Amino acid sequence: MQIVSAQDVNFSYGENTVIRGVSFSVGRSEITAIIGPNGSGKTTLLKLINGTLLPEKGEVGVAGKNTARYTRREIAKKVSIVPQETSLIFPYYAEEIVLMGRFPHLGNYRFENKNDYSIVHEAMERTDTLSFARRRFNELSAGERQRVLIARALAQEPEVLLLDESTAFLDLKHQLRFLRLLKKLKAEKQLTIVFVTHDINLAAQHADKIILLYSGKIYAIGNPAEVISARNMKEVYEVDVLVDVGLQNRSPRITLLT
Amino acid sequence: MKTIYQRVTASRVLKVSSLMLFVFIMLCLVSLAVGSVHVEWSVLLRFLGKALAGNFSIDSQEELIVFSVRLPRVLFAGVVGAVLSLGGVIFQALLRNPLADPYILGISGGAAVGAIIGIVIGAGSFYLGVPLLAFCGALITVFLLFIVAGGARGALMDNSLLLTGVVINAFFAAAILFFLSLVGSLELHSITFWLMGDLSRAAWSEIGVTALCLFAGFFLLYGQAGKLNLMVQGEETARHLGVNVERTKPWLLVVTSLMVSVTVALAGLIGFVGIMVPHMMRLLFGSDHRMLMPVAALFGASFLVIADTLSRVLMMPSELPVGVITALCGAPYFIFLLKRKSL
Repeated sequence: MQIVSAQDVNFSYGENTVIRGVSFSVGRSEITAIIGPNGSGKTTLLKLINGTLLPEKGEVGVAGKNTARYTRREIAKKVSIVPQETSLIFPYYAEEIVLMGRFPHLGNYRFENKNDYSIVHEAMERTDTLSFARRRFNELSAGERQRVLIARALAQEPEVLLLDESTAFLDLKHQLRFLRLLKKLKAEKQLTIVFVTHDINLAAQHADKIILLYSGKIYAIGNPAEVISARNMKEVYEVDVLVDVGLQNRSPRITLLT
Repeated sequence: MKTIYQRVTASRVLKVSSLMLFVFIMLCLVSLAVGSVHVEWSVLLRFLGKALAGNFSIDSQEELIVFSVRLPRVLFAGVVGAVLSLGGVIFQALLRNPLADPYILGISGGAAVGAIIGIVIGAGSFYLGVPLLAFCGALITVFLLFIVAGGARGALMDNSLLLTGVVINAFFAAAILFFLSLVGSLELHSITFWLMGDLSRAAWSEIGVTALCLFAGFFLLYGQAGKLNLMVQGEETARHLGVNVERTKPWLLVVTSLMVSVTVALAGLIGFVGIMVPHMMRLLFGSDHRMLMPVAALFGASFLVIADTLSRVLMMPSELPVGVITALCGAPYFIFLLKRKSL
């Protein structure tokens, strides 16, 4: 069953067209990676999925409903996103940031109840952020902040989780923890995950499906073995790579040839 | 690291707010007692007891001073202080800048120009004619700020916004001087006093209008407190987490500008309350707007009652404009904040 679908989607920032004629679908509890060079439209595609951007042509559907017909609050209950970075001017505590993930579930004039706190506690436990729950967000390191933002996205209890380079600042231990967490959530809660990354080996090893974007178009889509080929890498990234097979789960693995 | 973090819950907000309301009432009582004519505590309490029992007859000189001179002034100071602090909280959140407040950004100045134009063209003869023009002035300033400093996304964060406020303020100061040169010398003194903030001449009906703006404004704005928590993290984040920024932002701007401009039209220019109060409250109670909004309003009310009392007693028997007091402690605080970078 598909939960995200895009049909012939076009999007531009003013004159500058960034997404052209993109169509794809993502099945429930599938892990999809979006890769592609800088400026190929990866982040824009994520924002089209969570409805903060609406397509100029074509349509994007989430859980069978056009994103244009959702209210912001309604879609935020279904789709959450972990952005690359958030800057904060005012001093909020890490726990407060995670609590904000409950916003779409709360009404105006409302405070979080026991249930909200237990969801937040679980999200922080899973992202190993409880130890600095009561420290200020601004005082945390980039990797710690990233984990807090991941916890916030989980506290939203989404059906679809969008990740924008979320592993970039994580150390090896937390990368591993995070990847295991994603697989667990996929299995336990049928969570659908779409992540943008520059780490092609990571995508190849963990994604069920890879979308390779090239100047706003889908250059290739399919399982890792179909998309990660020396020819595709040469055409899209203009680099020579050696593609062999990873030892752990036989996924394709690239090595940059220098 | 020591942490003072406490969770924001409805009961905690109520508890802290009640405590601050109690402090505010105590300060009001002190303010009613002191001044050029000192009223004994026992006498003051007897007066209040009588009034609470529904007997509003005024039998003595002292009673006249307490009920007709001091009480309206003290209550007005409370309402104005609450409005300015609440205005500071909202503008700081919307513009993502802890140094923003209606006075620094020139919004009070815009309201003042509107009000003075109103006085000069005689709009005072219509009910609320002057406050209405003040509201137009404030709203025009808000639009100017967003056009000049808010062009590029994120530009609102840095100091270009404050610079724009400085320029707008300079322009309005010139406009105010221009209009002052048009009026007779008799009006000149009262307008000058008004420009520096004057809480002494508000009529009961005007205090009522301002209080109505405060309570209605607070009620409307408080429903948006959760959204403000997200909007201070950037509009992008707010959208991701379910805020319809395009609808929320103009709504907040209009409600806040209306509240502030009515206050400025009636109380004059009183600066720095909107910066100092929210900042101190954020240090004490954190940045969650569901807590910050009520405590800032209540502390702002107390703060202006203290400032106004000082303005009455410092140079007895003559009086200082209350804006002089707030600026004298506010300007150094502002510089301290600017230097301290980490907020």
